[in-house]
Amino acid sequence: MNEILRLSNLKKHYASQKAVDDISFSIEQGSIFGLLGPNGAGKTTLLRMITGIFYPDSGNIQFDGKPFDPLNDIIKIGYMPEERGLYKKMKIGEQALYLAQLKGLSRSDAMQKIKFWFNRMEMESWWNKKVEDLSKGMSQKLQFVTTVLHEPKLIILDEPFSGLDPLNANLIKEEIYGLAQRGSTVIFSTHRMEQVEEICNHIVLVNLGKKVLDGTVADIKQQFKENKFSIQLSSLPAEINSNAFTIVEQKGNELIVQINENFMSNDVLKYFLQQNHSIESFREILPTLNQIFIQLVEGTHATARAFERSVN
Amino acid sequence: MNKIFIIIQREYLSRVKNKRFLLTTLLTPIIMVGFIAGATFLSISGKDEHKIAVIDQNGFFKSNLQNTKEIIFSFPENIDTTNYITKGFTDIILIPKFEGTAKVNYIIRSKKRLGLNTESNISDKINEAIEDKMLQDAGIQRSQLDSIRSKSQFAELKSMEEKGDSVQESNAALSYGIGFGSGMLIYITMFIYGAMVMRGVMEEKTNRIAEVMVSSVKPFQLMMGKIIGIGAVGLTQFFMWIILIGVLTTAAQFFIPHDVMQQVSSLQQSNGQIPTGGMVQAGDAAQKIYKLQHTMSTANWPVIIACFIFYFLGGYLFYASLFAAVGSVVNEDPQDAQSLMLPITMPIIFSFIIMSNAVQDPSTSIATWASIIPFSSPMVMMARIAYGIPGTVPYWQLGLSMLSLIGGFLLTTWLSGKIYRTGILMYGKKVSWKEMGKWAFRKN
Repeated sequence: MNEILRLSNLKKHYASQKAVDDISFSIEQGSIFGLLGPNGAGKTTLLRMITGIFYPDSGNIQFDGKPFDPLNDIIKIGYMPEERGLYKKMKIGEQALYLAQLKGLSRSDAMQKIKFWFNRMEMESWWNKKVEDLSKGMSQKLQFVTTVLHEPKLIILDEPFSGLDPLNANLIKEEIYGLAQRGSTVIFSTHRMEQVEEICNHIVLVNLGKKVLDGTVADIKQQFKENKFSIQLSSLPAEINSNAFTIVEQKGNELIVQINENFMSNDVLKYFLQQNHSIESFREILPTLNQIFIQLVEGTHATARAFERSVN
Repeated sequence: MNKIFIIIQREYLSRVKNKRFLLTTLLTPIIMVGFIAGATFLSISGKDEHKIAVIDQNGFFKSNLQNTKEIIFSFPENIDTTNYITKGFTDIILIPKFEGTAKVNYIIRSKKRLGLNTESNISDKINEAIEDKMLQDAGIQRSQLDSIRSKSQFAELKSMEEKGDSVQESNAALSYGIGFGSGMLIYITMFIYGAMVMRGVMEEKTNRIAEVMVSSVKPFQLMMGKIIGIGAVGLTQFFMWIILIGVLTTAAQFFIPHDVMQQVSSLQQSNGQIPTGGMVQAGDAAQKIYKLQHTMSTANWPVIIACFIFYFLGGYLFYASLFAAVGSVVNEDPQDAQSLMLPITMPIIFSFIIMSNAVQDPSTSIATWASIIPFSSPMVMMARIAYGIPGTVPYWQLGLSMLSLIGGFLLTTWLSGKIYRTGILMYGKKVSWKEMGKWAFRKN
């Protein structure tokens, strides 16, 4: 697989602190990539460097195999910032046309693509409406369309589902899958972990300007597993006594057990098989991303920093 | 470059297509004419009437003091300062006995405080009466004096200005009018269009579109596109006004009787000489129209208009980028804008004050220097240019002024661009001038 983006030792310092402090990672083409982190971790700064809004203090960015050249590469990127913005007084059709032209599309190309997307998202009837007349969800949809209209190679979405009802969120989600299938790479920045688990192949977690996690969702879960298993029995034995595991929790006939050192999951099964209790289910409990996130971020004063730094 | 053009187009069209633009463009001249007419009307009508009792110890005012519409003098018996109001008078004047021509104070007491106009009217009337008395004593009739005065008007001052080999007629009053008018126009438009740029930037920032935009275009392109687009709106407005004035003056000629116009054109042919014994006798109205046309023709309009456009654009570009920088650091609170604008509005207002002195005396050293320094040159130079190039404004001063204005706006645009770049993406914090300075002079 090709790398669409490779960041090497990126640094960006503001007067008071290091917003991005030596971050490196790479993103494969066609993947859906999750950039996670608490508020103020440096996500926005990182994204602004990838979109060419800021220059890094040091380090470099490779885009599509070549050093990143904001002036020319910018048209291959679509960026939807967390703070959505549209010209309130402008008509929706004109607005989409304007933004598409600024992305380098000719007028006729832009018209054609706008018609395609408006049709697809059921927005044709909005053409002559003004943005100020749209609901929040509607303007969100418009913002998404203007971001992906020019078929960018790299799409950066900062909290794309905030303010959307489940129906529209699903619609956008489907579009994100579709775009990835057609070869676009999607960077997805959020702190909604359940969405990340559902959508992303690969994630990076940043905190206090540093990278703390990098890998596929499955690998990371493996890395953070605590050897916990859930075992459902038809009936509970009166007494359970094994060296192989300790019981963490008991819910009806379900036991959550933690396997002790030097033992395997099979040892748990073996024990219950010997006890001759019928086993209804047995599965490993992996931590959710949410738990991993909280575990890694908690206690690092990330929120205090977010407050201090909200201006930069 | 192409992107800047797209931005200019949007900024321009979104404003020009707006109904409000058409309305203000058409209404501004009408409102201005209406305002002048209204002020004139108010100053003519609406004066109070004064019934003035006069106690005169000289005895000659009774026959010489003339009444006007609003001021009626009477000489009742048995009146003093305690009872004039009850007897129906509004004011009372006490005139003591004059001793030769030694200075004498006479006193007027009133129910209500006198207006400035009324006061000077009353004192004029009294002095006129004294003058009449003195003329009578010298054996001269007032009517005689008046006719001598009007006959003596045959001699007229025409000032001529050295223009290389030739001399050209000049007119100080016209120069004053053009200088003040164009300086004033630049002053007003600088505020209107500067504020428009600032509001546009603030709108982009508060609507949070700035970040979307700068991910497609460079902040500098965004700022310049806005400034140029709005500048073009300003020029459009000027051209519409020029056309409007042209149409109105042409239309006005249709209301002037045909024979008067004929007289005017015969005056033009004869270079202002009233044809004696000819077919057409020039009437009073025709002479006035001819005089107006002739006076207007003494100004060097092409140079003045070209300079006006240059200084309007130069001044606009110089200040608009500063307004854009201020707009970019303002957060939701419009009061921030007020206090941040002050350092920009101060030099504009200051230049206006220098300009209004320069139109009276265009060659003082303050006027000269202020017309070269780019902070004030757009207004002050227009005031001086009206008095003529190269007579009042030598070519080197004009050239230096133009160059420094171009250099000035390149500098302010460059510095503002840096402030703007940081400012539009910054939310939630009040920015001080010190910080803005830091951004402006930061490298890269």
